Formats: sequence, C-alpha cells, structure tokens
Amino acid sequence: MYTKARVAFLVLVLVAVVLLSFLTPARWSPYTAGAVIGMLCWLTFLISDKELGVSATYVRISGFIARLLHKQAVDDNEYYQDTGVKLDWQMMLLLGVFLGALVSAVGSESFHMHWVPGLWQDVFGDAVVPRLLIAFVGGVFVALGARWAGGCTSGQGITGTLQMSVAGWLAAICFFIGGIITATIIYGSGGTLQ
Amino acid sequence: MRSDASGTNRDELLTGLSFGLIFGLALHKAGVTDYDIILRTLLLRDMLVLKVMMTAVIVGAIGIYALRAMGLVRLHIREAAVGSNVIGGLIFGLGFALLGYCPGTAVGAVAAGHLDAFVGGIIGMLVGSLLFAQVYPHLKWLFRIGYIGDKTLWQILSVNPWAVVLPVCGVLVVLMWYLETIGR
Repeated sequence: MYTKARVAFLVLVLVAVVLLSFLTPARWSPYTAGAVIGMLCWLTFLISDKELGVSATYVRISGFIARLLHKQAVDDNEYYQDTGVKLDWQMMLLLGVFLGALVSAVGSESFHMHWVPGLWQDVFGDAVVPRLLIAFVGGVFVALGARWAGGCTSGQGITGTLQMSVAGWLAAICFFIGGIITATIIYGSGGTLQ
Repeated sequence: MRSDASGTNRDELLTGLSFGLIFGLALHKAGVTDYDIILRTLLLRDMLVLKVMMTAVIVGAIGIYALRAMGLVRLHIREAAVGSNVIGGLIFGLGFALLGYCPGTAVGAVAAGHLDAFVGGIIGMLVGSLLFAQVYPHLKWLFRIGYIGDKTLWQILSVNPWAVVLPVCGVLVVLMWYLETIGR
C-alpha cells in the first residue's frame, strides 16, 4: 500500500517534469529555478528526512567498481565502511538528476553532444585531449575536496547553508574563494573574454 | 559526513528517484549544467550560479525553519572544523574551476550532451573518491583541526534561530538586488 503511494508519486513527478520540460521556456530565471530547489529541500526533509546531497554517491560507485578489482581492500577500508557501499536514496537521486536533465534538454531542444565547452574553445582552441585532461584533474580535486569538506555544492553549499550550519557556510564560502582564484588564474583577469 | 548512511528499502529508492527528477529539471532549466555558466560566475562576469544558490537558500531556510517550528522536520547539521571545511572547500574550489561542473551538475551536464563532464569529470570524481578513501585513515587528524562541532550559526551566537535566518535572508536579497542593478 505504502509502496503504491510512492509509485504514484513518482509517476506524478515524471508527468510534471515532462510537461514542464516541453511547455516552459528552455531557460528559467535563476530565481524560479532556485525557488524550486529550495522547495525541493522542504520535501526531502519532510518526506525522506534527508538532505539534498550528491558527492557520497561517487564514493559508493567508486567502491562498487574497486570491489570488482580488489574486494578485500574495499571491505577493509574504513571510509568505505563508514559511507556504506550500497544502492541508496542518494544514488537514486543522482539517477533522477540524469533523467530529469535529459528530459529537460530533449524537451527544450537544447541537447547537443560536444566535447569542448564554448568558453574553453574561445581561449584554448578546440583540441579535445587537453580539455579532457584538465576536466579529469578537476574531477579528482572536486571529489577529494567534497569529501574533505564534508559535502559538495548541494550538501554543504545549499542544504548546509540553508540550515544555517557552520560547516555549510565555511565550506560554501571556501568553494567560491578557491573557484574564483583558480578561474581567474586560468582565464586571466584581463579583458580576453566577453 | 556519515549522516547519509542509513537503511535501504524500495520506498526510499522510489522517492529518491522522484526528487532527483525535479532536481535535474531545475538544474538544467537554470543553466547550471553548463560549463560556460559556471565559469562566468567564478570569473565574476555573471553571478547566475550564485543567484540560483542564494534563492534556494532563502526559500529553503524559511520553509525548513517554519516546518521545524511545527515539529515536522529535524535539522541535519554536519560537523564543522576548519581543517575539514576550509581546506576541503578550497580544494573543491580549485577542482570546481578546472572541471567547470560540480558533482550534481556534472551528471545533468552529461545528460545534456556535455561529454567532457563524463570522460573527464565523472571519471575524475570516481578516481578522486577512491583516492580519498585511501588517504582518509592517514589524514583523519587533519580534519579535526579547529574543530567546532555540529553547530548552527544561531547556536554559536546563542540566539533564537529566526534571529539568524531572517537577517541572513535579508542580506542575500539585498545582495541579489545589488547584482541585478550592476548587471551581473
């Protein structure tokens, strides 16, 4: 009975997401999108008693993959034990993010496959390998930093700060300090870019 | 850090998927699944990412604290420590600018066709997570430097929650209004 209600909720959300994808503009104002994310936080607290978080899922998926290569090493690892290498609410949340963004991109006809972002291409050219290498190095630091800081842009940056948690505010401010300094070093503070 | 290690069941998985659909839609419609948009914010050219986050914080904070006052939700406050949040936050920021996506928006970016978010980003983040699990036992002491604990700002100041929530929301509104007036 309970499960049926959850299935009904999923179907309802799916219909709403499809309709909104096709019938609303390709781009919402940041205030509309932000308000939707804020209200989504009410629901995750109210219905699931959970925070909107993402980065722990990368730990779990990396654990699943590493287990195929060296099961004992993962099972003995303290951090994997603490995080729990299993399919959970948050991993399904991330699957939903993929599907929701896919429906939105298809619905607004903004889906197009490409390897090098426009801004990068303007400054560094359209070679694929350098972009992928930098993205890979960035990804390594993002995951290290997120787990080091106790969460990422959603877990600390939005959910932590909106709860007025000290950890959330410290992390969010440092995300942007680190990001602004690095972006300025990469692209320079001059007027090379519009 | 370990707040999300709880039991698994079918209902929980279905609700997680439902919430994710909404989150993915909102992230994509906001435009934050786009490298250019994130970098423009980090280069202080167009503060769109910050506007999305600040609006979410205002709406979320007022709603969550109202629901809490009604006894319908409980807070999930993570442990604060300078060695963890500040050092980790700066490392995250470094990666954030190199990658141009965060862990959530990278997934939405792949769905929109940005392949550098997958081959570079997601694979890098999986390697980074594996690396973190390896170094964690040796670096644990570092995360406890400047330990503050699972505290909120209003607990530190010993005031009523609303005495922090409302002024913070007010400051964020003024900041967004200012960004609009200067066209950023």
